[in-house]
Amino acid sequence: MPARDSLLRSLAIQRRILHALLMREVITRFGRKNLGVLWLVIEPMLFTLGVAALWTAAGLQHSSGMPIIAFAITGYSSVLLWRNCASRSSMAIEQNFGLLYHRNVCVIDVLLTRIVLEVAGATASFAFLAAVFTALDWMSPPGDLLLVTAGWVLLAWFGAALALVIGAGTAYSDVVEKLWHPAAYLLFPISGAAFMVDWLPPALREAVLLLPMVHGVEMLREGYFGSVVRTHYDAGYLVVSCLLLTLLGLYMVRDAGRRVEVR
Amino acid sequence: MISVENVSKVYSTRKGPRKVLDGVSFRLERGRNLGILGKNGAGKSTLIRLISGAEQPTSGRIRREMSVSWPLAFGGAFQTNLTGLDNLKFVCRAYGVDYRPLVGFVEEFTELGVYFREPVSHYSHGMLTRLAFALSMAVEFDCFLIDEAMVVGDVRFHQRCHDELFHKRRDRAFVLVTHEAQVIKLYCERASVLHEGRLHAFPTVDEAYDFYQATLAESPAAVES
Repeated sequence: MPARDSLLRSLAIQRRILHALLMREVITRFGRKNLGVLWLVIEPMLFTLGVAALWTAAGLQHSSGMPIIAFAITGYSSVLLWRNCASRSSMAIEQNFGLLYHRNVCVIDVLLTRIVLEVAGATASFAFLAAVFTALDWMSPPGDLLLVTAGWVLLAWFGAALALVIGAGTAYSDVVEKLWHPAAYLLFPISGAAFMVDWLPPALREAVLLLPMVHGVEMLREGYFGSVVRTHYDAGYLVVSCLLLTLLGLYMVRDAGRRVEVR
Repeated sequence: MISVENVSKVYSTRKGPRKVLDGVSFRLERGRNLGILGKNGAGKSTLIRLISGAEQPTSGRIRREMSVSWPLAFGGAFQTNLTGLDNLKFVCRAYGVDYRPLVGFVEEFTELGVYFREPVSHYSHGMLTRLAFALSMAVEFDCFLIDEAMVVGDVRFHQRCHDELFHKRRDRAFVLVTHEAQVIKLYCERASVLHEGRLHAFPTVDEAYDFYQATLAESPAAVES
C-alpha cells in the first residue's frame, strides 16, 4: 500500500476508535438519566462558581483593584482545565482494560478520549460562565480575546501532556496514582490561580515561574484584564515545557502499551 | 493469511521472568483452519491474544493479511453500566460497521428480551455469554479466533453457536484452541500441540492427538494458570 493511503487509512481508524470511545465514555460516566452529558459542563461550573462565591465572601479584594469575580473565574477555570485532564487519566488504562482486547484500541486512545472530554467540559464551562457574567455586567469582556485563547490552548496542551504522563505512569505503578492526589492538591495554591505573580516578592516569583502552568494563567489574565494588571510570563518557556512533557508522555504511553497484559 | 514467525512471550512474575511461548511459528491461509491442543496453562490463551493483536510478542513477528477477530465470545470488555445495545454500538463503531441492521440478529440470538436495553450488570452469566458470542458474530471477519471458553453454556446455545460459526461461516478461516481433543477432531482439518512453550505441528489430527495423549500421560495434573 502506498504510504499516503496507508496513513489515510490509519487516520480513518483513529477517528473511528476515538468516536466509539467518546460515545461510550459519555454514557458510562453520565448515563442517560437527568441532565446526562451536560454534567460534563455543569460540574466544573459548580466548582468555579463555588470558589468565586467563597473568594467574594472572604472579601479577597486587592489593592490592585482586580475584579474578584473575573479573577476567580479565570483562575479556577484554568486549574480545572489541566488538573482534571491529569486526574481523569490516572488509572484510565486499568479502568478500560477489557477494551484493549480490540486490536485497534490502544492505550493512547483511552487517554486521548478522557483528555478530549475534560478539555471540552472545562472550556465550555469557562466560556459559559464568562458569557453569563459579562451579560450580567459582573465581569467585563476580555481585552484581548486572541491572547486569552492562546493562554487557554497552551494550558490545555499542558493538561494533555501531563495526562499522558500520569495516565501511563499509573500503568507502571499504583504509587503514581497515590502521589498524584496530594501533588494536585498542593499544586493548586501555587499554580497562579489564586494570585498574580506580581504580588509576590521577587525571590518567590522566580520559584513560582518554574511551574509551567503559572505562565499560562498569567497569559490568560493579561489577555483578560490588559494593562490593569502587571503580568510575568514567558510563552516560550511554557511551549518548551509542554513539548518536553509531551515527548515524555508519548514515550511512556508507547512503553505502557507494550507492557500491558490483557487478562 | 496470518503468519506467526518465531514468536516468544515472556511474562514477569514474582519469581522472575517466565517464558510462556518459545519460538512459535505457523501460517494460516485464508479459508483454512487450525486446531491447537494444549493442557491448562500451556499458553493457549496467550497465543490467541497475541494473534488477535491485543498483546505484543516479546520477540518475533505476527503478520495479518486478513481481518482477524478479537478472541471469540470474550466478555471482559463489557462496561457493566452500559446496556447490551450500547455494547453492540461500541463494537460496531470501533470496527466501522453500521449497528442498525444488526440489532435484530443480536436481539434474537441472545434472547435477552427487555434486558437487551438494561445495564449489563443485571445480566446472568448465561446472558453475558450469549451477548458476547452475538457481538463476535456482528462483525464479519476473515478469520475467527476461538478460545475454548465458548464451549460453555447449555446444549441449545452450544448448537446455535455451532450453526453460526461452522455452518453459516464455514468459508472463513479460524484458529481454535482447546484442551479437549474431541473438539479439534470434530472441527479442524489440522492440529498442533502446544507443549512447554513450543508448538508441535503434525500432518494429521490423529498424530497430534497421539502426541497430546502422551504429554498428558507425562504429567496428568497440570496447574491452571
